[in-house]
Amino acid sequence: MAHEETVYEALDHAHGGEGHWAFGTGFDEPLAGVDTTVPDGVDPAELGEYCLMLGDDALVLAQRLTEWITASPELEEEVAVANVALDLLGQARLLLARAGSVGVLGRSRELATGSIPDEDALAYFRDADEFRNTALVAAPNGDFAQTIVRLLVAATVRLAVFARLRESRDPVLAAIAAKGVHELAYHRDHAARWLLRLGDGTAESHRRAQDGVDAVWPLLADVFSATDLERRLTAAGVAVDPSSTREEVRSVLTEVLERATLRLPEWPAEAPPRGRLGEHGPEVAELLGALQGLARQHPAATW
Amino acid sequence: MTQTAQGHEHAGGPSEAWEVAARVTDPELPMVTLADLGVLRAVRIDADGTVVVEITPTYTGCPAMGVMRADLVHALHRAGFGDVEVRTVLSPAWSTDWISDEGRRTLAAGGIAPPGKAPVRTDGPIPLQLGPTRRTASCPLCGSADTEELSEFGATACKALRRCLSCREPFEHVKEI
Repeated sequence: MAHEETVYEALDHAHGGEGHWAFGTGFDEPLAGVDTTVPDGVDPAELGEYCLMLGDDALVLAQRLTEWITASPELEEEVAVANVALDLLGQARLLLARAGSVGVLGRSRELATGSIPDEDALAYFRDADEFRNTALVAAPNGDFAQTIVRLLVAATVRLAVFARLRESRDPVLAAIAAKGVHELAYHRDHAARWLLRLGDGTAESHRRAQDGVDAVWPLLADVFSATDLERRLTAAGVAVDPSSTREEVRSVLTEVLERATLRLPEWPAEAPPRGRLGEHGPEVAELLGALQGLARQHPAATW
Repeated sequence: MTQTAQGHEHAGGPSEAWEVAARVTDPELPMVTLADLGVLRAVRIDADGTVVVEITPTYTGCPAMGVMRADLVHALHRAGFGDVEVRTVLSPAWSTDWISDEGRRTLAAGGIAPPGKAPVRTDGPIPLQLGPTRRTASCPLCGSADTEELSEFGATACKALRRCLSCREPFEHVKEI
């Protein structure tokens, strides 16, 4: 009975037949009905900035992973990579919507027309220097082995942060984290099992896996360096200081690499945060060109 | 919470609204209702007569939420209810343990192996699983327990792909979460 109309007719009907913004992530408001009150004593602007950090990591990694669509080594892995990207896109959507709900929209709102949802305005109409992702998620994919190594490292870091974030005083962040941990554990374990196959596989797959590890490890330099904002929000019980996850991450990665017969590189020297402050290499602007180009050329398009 | 018909002759109270909402099926698993999937969390009628429906996403990125909303609103309007508001509930996170026995039966009848028991949820670090996934699933077509996993991911976020080693048919499996 619910499907007497087609899906698109039903969606069109639900939106009053006004047409839907052509590049949106969804038809529904992601936080509809969720209490978005900011906890006492928390600066909404800082909470929003923190949501951008976590949201941008997910959005940028999702974009990198989808570069494998039509190019994966096997069909099942293409489906896997797309599913991981979809989970991350969902997390990004909620986190960017949370940022928008507390009024953190940066310059994006000036460029985006009024009918574009906040999370889409943030995704499509911010420039690279307004993105708060780390270099770990933005680096080019490399070959499949390097992609798997980066996914393993990024999922391990994010899982460790989200596991702690379940206790956040911001109920929206806590709920996003509680849901995300199950997805991230699945991503991490999938990547880890792939790395065992590649590392402990043929001479060629071992060489590529080791090259991937050696290429990804330096990207850990600023992953655990907290910004002042993260420290303040951690003290307020809202955020997670990434440095508190370092030993857990190191132990998980060490275990996987040992089992995969791969050599563990030197842990990179600590560096001050860069990506979290909007300082990126040219690869972020390039990635955003692919992500945002069409929407920026036709910002008012609907369908 | 008493029923307020708002002039619609077929409208009823909260239990009637629940029954209407509970018959709406999942857009991607059309054999199962949102109620049997555990996605439909609550239906109530506010003092002003608005029907408030609470749903929770299976996965964070589930792209079907918009269709579910539209289907719920449409079904309730057709049943004579006036204002309908569909709200998202993020917490507690959905678990496959919320799929009802009826939901599991209809999934299997539709050729999709239902999930086993969901992993125990812990407050601490989530332990690494390096071995092959411990999931098992019987073939929904021939009933054989001799099946293997082809892919940890499938056509939708909630499913993995398996193959029966007895009848050789591939099938989907709702993965435990």
